[in-house]
Amino acid sequence: MITSHSASARTGPCPGWLWLNSSIGKKTAVAVTGIALVAFVIGHLLGNFTIFLGPDAINAYGAKLQSLGPLLWAIRLALLGILVAHIYFTMKLWQENKAARPQKYIASNPVGTTVFARTMRLSGLIVLAFVIFHLAHFTVRVVDPAFATMHTTLDGQEVHDVYKMVVTGFQNGPVVFIYIIGLFLLTFHLSHGLSSLFQTLGITNRRIRQNYEIAGRALAWALYVGYISIPVSIYFFGLGKGVLQ
Amino acid sequence: MNFHLKVWRQKDTNAPGTLEEYEAENIPAGASFLEMLDIVNADLTRKNIEPIQFDSDCREGICGTCSLTINGIPHGKGRGTTCQLYMRKFQDGETITIEPFRADAFPVQRDLVTNRSAFDRVIQAGGYISERTGSAPDANSVPISKVIADQAMDAAACIGCGACAAACPNGSAMLFVSAKVTHLGLLPQGKPEKNRRVLSMVRQMDEEGFGNCSNYYACEAVCPAGVPAAFIGRMNREFTAASMKEMVGMSV
Repeated sequence: MITSHSASARTGPCPGWLWLNSSIGKKTAVAVTGIALVAFVIGHLLGNFTIFLGPDAINAYGAKLQSLGPLLWAIRLALLGILVAHIYFTMKLWQENKAARPQKYIASNPVGTTVFARTMRLSGLIVLAFVIFHLAHFTVRVVDPAFATMHTTLDGQEVHDVYKMVVTGFQNGPVVFIYIIGLFLLTFHLSHGLSSLFQTLGITNRRIRQNYEIAGRALAWALYVGYISIPVSIYFFGLGKGVLQ
Repeated sequence: MNFHLKVWRQKDTNAPGTLEEYEAENIPAGASFLEMLDIVNADLTRKNIEPIQFDSDCREGICGTCSLTINGIPHGKGRGTTCQLYMRKFQDGETITIEPFRADAFPVQRDLVTNRSAFDRVIQAGGYISERTGSAPDANSVPISKVIADQAMDAAACIGCGACAAACPNGSAMLFVSAKVTHLGLLPQGKPEKNRRVLSMVRQMDEEGFGNCSNYYACEAVCPAGVPAAFIGRMNREFTAASMKEMVGMSV
């Protein structure tokens, strides 16, 4: 008879802990935290699009976010926690996977795999470096200290001039290059992540798996086009130049 | 046909191994890969060199005993086992690299022979039906829909050769375990134990030191039985569902 774990469950290790420590539990944790991070990436892009509606729109959006106060910090800390969990579980899986295949093939043939899947760890770590740069650039504003002192008036109130900061920030060629590359690697990362999370969560079958893969890649590339539209519009097409002068 | 072989030679599990070079001469195009090795071994024996050790049994593609990673692909290119791979698939004069199946859970015993009993222990953990299900005529008394029967048969096609774990860059056995879990869990005879089966088999798989799935799908690409990787998704779902039942204190 197959041993039942139900009897030992009440005395032995906690079933929840057993699940989270299993190969499938850890994979699920990576997928679920990944979904939360992608939800943030989509929301962040929608917020960023306010730049195309003019200075007042994005400045009002920025002021609204700042006015959330403790809630904003709660969201930031939750995102940080999710990011740490995503990286922690990935690294743990990576460590186990390395141990499970100590000897590589001399005549290696990556049959069936995709370049997106094989470079997940590398693309993820480069995206992490990019996120740190992005926070230093526009949130902590240490890359260019002048960003911190940009203010404007909106409906009679003094607010941070997000529009001027972003337009000034993307006048810089190397910075635009960093964003284009960083976002490209995010797309690389999501190409595999978005198309394979359905498999990890088990909401797939033989017929629809390919549709998920196409939809996942399409969403990843749509996010890329959406995100780079901002630096590209500013640097190459002079968005906001008139407003600044 | 003539081939230039690079073959992994290793004295025992703990000894370091190396690639040795041999010439395979006058091989008939209709010879299978294993028959080619038989011819090379006969030649090596004549020259007083220890023959190359490799696994084989039925040599008709159904037992899953033969292994070999040929030019980096378990069972070589094309669908099917190594014994069903014919030398006409190779170019005359080609250099062929032959390595054992690589996974930490499959230690090399000698040359190209690996110990795949980790799979047996995964099966022992739950890859069976505990109760007697009746004799052959009884099979017809339990109606099973065509859709379910087809799916279960696709999963049951798994011959347990280990190519999935050998092809996986993570040395993961998820395709094998998911095939067994799906095959038994779909049918009415295996259903009553499906929760405890998936829990036991996945835990045993983890304990054996197989890696985790990264959805590379290399397993599916090399599987000689054509087991689809979608069964892995199915197993993920069943494992999490069974774990949740356990978490809330249901007996599984």
